[in-house]
Amino acid sequence: MAILDDLQLSRREVMATGAAIGVATVPAAADAASGQPSIMKVSFTVNGQRQTLELDTRTTLLDALREHLKLTGSKKGCDHGQCGACTVIVDGRRINSCLSLAVMHEGDEVTTIEGLGSPEKLHPLQAAFVRHDGYQCGYCTPGQICSAKAVLDEIKAGVPSHVTADLTAKIQFSEDELRERMSGNICRCGAYSNIVAAVAEVAEGKA
Amino acid sequence: MKFDTPATTNPIDQLKVVGKPVDRIDGPMKTTGRAPYAYERHDAIPDIAYGYVVGASIAKGRIASMDLSRAKAAPGVLAIVTAAEAGKLTKGDFNTAMLLGGPEIQHYHQAVAVVVAQTFEQARAAANLVKVEYVRSKGSFDLASAKDGATKPKDGGPDSAVGDFDAAFAAAPVTLDETYTTPDHGHAMMEPHASIAAWKGDKLSLWTSNQMIAWGAGDVAKTLGIPRENVRLMSPFIGGGFGGKLFVRAEAILAALGAKAAGRPVKVALTRPLMFNNTTHRPATIQRIRIGTDRDGRITAIGHESWSGDLPGGGPETAVQQTRLLYAGANRMTRTRLAVLDLPEGNAMRAPGEAPGLMALEVAVDEMAEKLGMDPIDFRILNDTQVDPEKPSRPFSQRRLNECLRTGADKFGWSRRSRTPGQTRDGRWLVGMGVAAAFRNNLVMKSAARVRLETSGVVTVETDMTDIGTGSYTIIAQTAAEMMGVPLTRVNVRLGDSSFPVSAGSGGQWGANSSTAGVYAACMKLREAVAGKLGLDPATAEFADGRVRVGNQSLPLEKAAAQGPVTAEDFMEYGDLTKTHQQSTFGGHFVEVGVDADTAEIRIRRMLAVCAAGRILNPKSARSQVIGAMVMGAGAALMEELVVDKRIGFFANHDLAGYEVPVHADIPHQEVIFLDETDPMSSPMKAKGVGELGICGVGAAVANAVYNATGVRVREYPVTLDKLLEGMPVLA
Repeated sequence: MAILDDLQLSRREVMATGAAIGVATVPAAADAASGQPSIMKVSFTVNGQRQTLELDTRTTLLDALREHLKLTGSKKGCDHGQCGACTVIVDGRRINSCLSLAVMHEGDEVTTIEGLGSPEKLHPLQAAFVRHDGYQCGYCTPGQICSAKAVLDEIKAGVPSHVTADLTAKIQFSEDELRERMSGNICRCGAYSNIVAAVAEVAEGKA
Repeated sequence: MKFDTPATTNPIDQLKVVGKPVDRIDGPMKTTGRAPYAYERHDAIPDIAYGYVVGASIAKGRIASMDLSRAKAAPGVLAIVTAAEAGKLTKGDFNTAMLLGGPEIQHYHQAVAVVVAQTFEQARAAANLVKVEYVRSKGSFDLASAKDGATKPKDGGPDSAVGDFDAAFAAAPVTLDETYTTPDHGHAMMEPHASIAAWKGDKLSLWTSNQMIAWGAGDVAKTLGIPRENVRLMSPFIGGGFGGKLFVRAEAILAALGAKAAGRPVKVALTRPLMFNNTTHRPATIQRIRIGTDRDGRITAIGHESWSGDLPGGGPETAVQQTRLLYAGANRMTRTRLAVLDLPEGNAMRAPGEAPGLMALEVAVDEMAEKLGMDPIDFRILNDTQVDPEKPSRPFSQRRLNECLRTGADKFGWSRRSRTPGQTRDGRWLVGMGVAAAFRNNLVMKSAARVRLETSGVVTVETDMTDIGTGSYTIIAQTAAEMMGVPLTRVNVRLGDSSFPVSAGSGGQWGANSSTAGVYAACMKLREAVAGKLGLDPATAEFADGRVRVGNQSLPLEKAAAQGPVTAEDFMEYGDLTKTHQQSTFGGHFVEVGVDADTAEIRIRRMLAVCAAGRILNPKSARSQVIGAMVMGAGAALMEELVVDKRIGFFANHDLAGYEVPVHADIPHQEVIFLDETDPMSSPMKAKGVGELGICGVGAAVANAVYNATGVRVREYPVTLDKLLEGMPVLA
């Protein structure tokens, strides 16, 4: 079953990540006496491009993207996992990149809003957001779009949510599923109604 | 140009581009993450150091001592600026408290230092090593206790009186006398306040996130004590404001001071947990409303009093404003009182005054209708007025409130509403419908623009107007396209730079109408210049399809720029039409809620707004303004509350987990209807504001729907389930 495979996979990932943190703490402890930040090298792929960075181990994935790689499409709205503006897709899953240290992502594949499309060649979700005016100030928008892309994949993969009525049936896209799954992406301008219309259009293949 | 007689037919009336629901021209940049916000200007300037703000941990008192030694010695630290090192700073005209505190502390999380370091991580770590000893003074933090000591504010006509309210209210056969409270609200825009500062000699460049560029440039100069012409503000993209970015805030001043001290460009963003206490908020109110009617439901007496608090030198929340104009009634009074509170600075948030005012008034009106046994829509329509009720010689320029309410009732299925509360069940849900009037004045502001016909035939518009998500880029482009007879793709709009002509800015829902009217004025001048260059009569020249035509003569527009770009600059200012005519915008909000019969959990099921707000320049972006405002109104009704810690004197829930705002799951599909309208009294655009109208009345419509569902009347916002539980209908 797809769901079980998924859960097993995530358990393995948790263990792998835990091991990586264990390694990272060694130089940090060594540097405590000198007061100098501990620097680590990390390599990951961002939007298909291999990137190698030497980073202060305290650097979040979000700041690695925004400040070091100058990919400022991912936004910093709260820097502690409450708003969703920093949502990026790592190895196919959406995460709050502000809650994740960059050095935890050795070898990972990161997709940001810049990797989905460009002003000249919009991703279908980006085009639908423009058509439905699914944004106003635009600051939460990259996070909304990355989140929406991953949500559609989650539904396809059969990952249930709080509002999924039947866990044994194939999960169908619905506006309620979308609203539930997107609730970690705050839009203070209040474009929700239009965001739902935009994503629904893409999900239902009308885009 | 001066607008002092009602608009007649003009090029905007062609409506080839204006009035069309075109996609936003900045949409592709925003949806692909390419629009650069203030903190992100890697493109503009290299080698930027990072500043991190330290906020005061007391609400009122003094700094006894600061120990910066450990912070200064921390790795990567370039400079630390406190009030002691900053030199003389002067409070800006638009600020109530100093943006850098010390030694006196005026409110919790007032900035006391900025630590500048090579990296963000180093600045943050070092900021945590700044040691401050405070001497705390006794402060006043509780509005309810401070209410009786509240005084009459100096400005803004705090009292109004017509007829004899007391006598009429005493004599009225049907009366209501209730008190309502609204809590402090946070703007909570998604982009934190952020600025990059760079000095070149004594000239300061500031990439920032600010709604009002000219006010901002003036206050940066004043605060730092430098000539205004030495300050340049740039704010092309703004991640939301809602009034929270009307004024210069601490991060801009601290970036400038930090950059000077470090000898390098510095960027500073307020952290989310600092924003709620460091910056401004919508002040809490206590409102007493009295209404007296005759037996038929005609209002004979209406009185509205409001109490709010602010720091010394601050202003009141003008929650009684709309009550002076919304309903008829011969005997009227309003009263605004202001208490001194040592909480963070209170100031404008989306529809200041009306937003909390209507949350109270429109519940009172619902209660009054019920007392009279009337439908609340009929009661409102009966008490409509087409003139300023305080000055009947002064008509409204347009007033179609009744039509908004009737149209909405029809579309929403209002007739299905049970007048007796607690009667409608849908499974486990008790279902109710609520209505409220929306009302917000239409303000007009002088606004200038520069337009240039480039040799390529492209029309460039430059104005310091801002787009805070409102759609300014797009409606300004539509205006220029209509005026110059070119397609939208041939207009280039540049905004938010203090080197551009001074616009109305974004506030008070005046931005759309005022800034496009300024562009209209500049385009009129450009049309003259272009016609002159082409040897055509400017008075009869028609601009269409990229050509200029007089009679049988037709020339391509760009021919006028063959020898070089043609530039024109002008502004629109306003005469007496706002005095002779009351200009306001109107709407009707309709809300259906479900309340869980067991748990009293409240869910919004449907929302509809019907708006009459003059010409709608772009129905797509205007609709977004309205639905967004409805979301914020829903938040105010059901969840938003900055909780005051009355011992320490601060907002305790100062982040987005504690200060709850609506999320996707809270908001259903929303409908908006705009009545087809033009208002020739407002400007040549015949448009009015709409961005704040949308929030006005929503909260009351939600509260009224909850009452209709449950029979429980909550007069203390937010309406949360704990306030319903005790009074919920007993289940059969």
